[in-house]
Amino acid sequence: MDTNVLFIFILAIFIGFEVISKVPSMLHTPLMSGTNAIHGIILFGGILVLADAAAPLARTLGFIAVIFGSANVFGGFMVTDRMLQMFKKKKK
Amino acid sequence: MSSTIALIIIGVAVLFIIGIKLLASPKTARLGNLVAAAGMLVALLTLHKPTGEYVWSQGWTMNYTLIAIGTLIGLVIGAIGAYSVKMTAMPQMVALFNGLGGGAAALVASLEFIKPDREITTFIAVTMLFATLIGSLSFSGSIIAYLKLEGKFEKPMTFPGQNILNGLILLVILGLGVYLAGWGANATAFIVMFLLALFFGIAMVMPIGGADMPVVISLLNSFTGLAVAADGFAINNLAMVVAGTLVGSSGTLLTLLMCKAMNRPVTNVLFGAFGSGGGGGKGGAGDLGGKTVKPIQADEAALLLGYAQQVVIVPGYGMAVAQAQHQVRELSDELGKRGVEVRFAIHPVAGRMPGHMNVLLAEANVPYDQLCEMEAINPTMDRVDVCLVIGANDVVNPAAREDKSSPIYGMPIIEADRAKTVIVLKRSMAKGFAGIENHLFYKDNTRMLFGDAKASLQTLIAQLKAS
Repeated sequence: MDTNVLFIFILAIFIGFEVISKVPSMLHTPLMSGTNAIHGIILFGGILVLADAAAPLARTLGFIAVIFGSANVFGGFMVTDRMLQMFKKKKK
Repeated sequence: MSSTIALIIIGVAVLFIIGIKLLASPKTARLGNLVAAAGMLVALLTLHKPTGEYVWSQGWTMNYTLIAIGTLIGLVIGAIGAYSVKMTAMPQMVALFNGLGGGAAALVASLEFIKPDREITTFIAVTMLFATLIGSLSFSGSIIAYLKLEGKFEKPMTFPGQNILNGLILLVILGLGVYLAGWGANATAFIVMFLLALFFGIAMVMPIGGADMPVVISLLNSFTGLAVAADGFAINNLAMVVAGTLVGSSGTLLTLLMCKAMNRPVTNVLFGAFGSGGGGGKGGAGDLGGKTVKPIQADEAALLLGYAQQVVIVPGYGMAVAQAQHQVRELSDELGKRGVEVRFAIHPVAGRMPGHMNVLLAEANVPYDQLCEMEAINPTMDRVDVCLVIGANDVVNPAAREDKSSPIYGMPIIEADRAKTVIVLKRSMAKGFAGIENHLFYKDNTRMLFGDAKASLQTLIAQLKAS
């Protein structure tokens, strides 16, 4: 087990806490939606396991994982962008 | 891992961190989302296998065709979902995407765990099991949250001994997990654990009321992040570890911030269905004595508004239900033309979602500098001539300040009652989500304008235009 990965894991926990310490409540939903899109990186996990899949069961489940992950990442970023379009300042 | 790959991953991590940082400020939020998406694109184009081979330079096999098709299907589902959803239904959509991510995390971990002929350490086995558990829990929990917000089974579902049953299920799951981690893969035990985790997700969300769903979705969002991070450990992908962990920890903090805005501990949200917790509801009504509410007609309300100098509008869930945000904007514009200063007071938990009101009002093109946070508006409330409450209830209930026996005592509220006149647009005398009487309605300076919010607003606008 590579301890470097654990080290990075611990640091990432603290960065995650620090980076959003002051958020106005109007941005809670978009922020949740944006981070929701970021964990869509699971798509790559799906791609990696499906790339090496040999058995039919593994292929099927990997295929489903790729669909799910892809919907998460693309849908996530798009829905966040649509929410945030609404925060444009109106020209007077 | 070669140093080039390491550098790329650092770059991706930095893009994610900057993206989240920018998302936390109104002016830069949209850019932040794009920065994070750019990070994702870089990660995709530079994706390497744990063994160090570049994924996209392998021979094009059937598996790659499946990857392409699957990604395309997901893209289409995501795009349709994201662009067809109504503004009021955004929270559900986030829940749904989150559930899919959780499902994917569970599937990836399961596939790694059941892979034959593998040599893994106990630590890696634990991360795989953790990702399977949390991912499937997040999947089923998010689907229930989605259905609840769609109004399918809105009422909290509770029965005696629920928490004990959930605790037992959790124990069995943990027991199976320890067995699987220590004594190797056993298909039956694994499938049972998987199914129990799915069931636990349902059992966990079912008893929680519709209005608490935002907190639940935020929590499940951070769960999915952690599952993805665990997957990253399991398949040795550093970018997944970083991205998943960032979401896990920022999501946890966001969940706590949301609970803080409602002045409720997170355990209260998760384990105590609101309103059913010990003797709350009856406290409120008693000291209202024989007071009655005072109705007002639309023409008089229009007169009060038209000749005011300062008007504050407090929107709530009722505005979302009546889809009245466009009428609210029209009213505010009409008042603006007459030189009335109009501001919107946004309670952090008004509606079903923090930011719910902002999104709705933004959809109706209310400029966001007209939207004020609760902390900014309260000190100025004494100078406000008319406070117009549209479909908000618990968030303006002075019982939170005055009545120690009230279940919402201590919750920060918008102090609408301190305005010179309060006009409440309300369909009926029904109670708010907390199921308690609203003292505001009985105050001397409060007038009630009964009827559907949209219809009432249209009448008000017509009266203003005519006068």
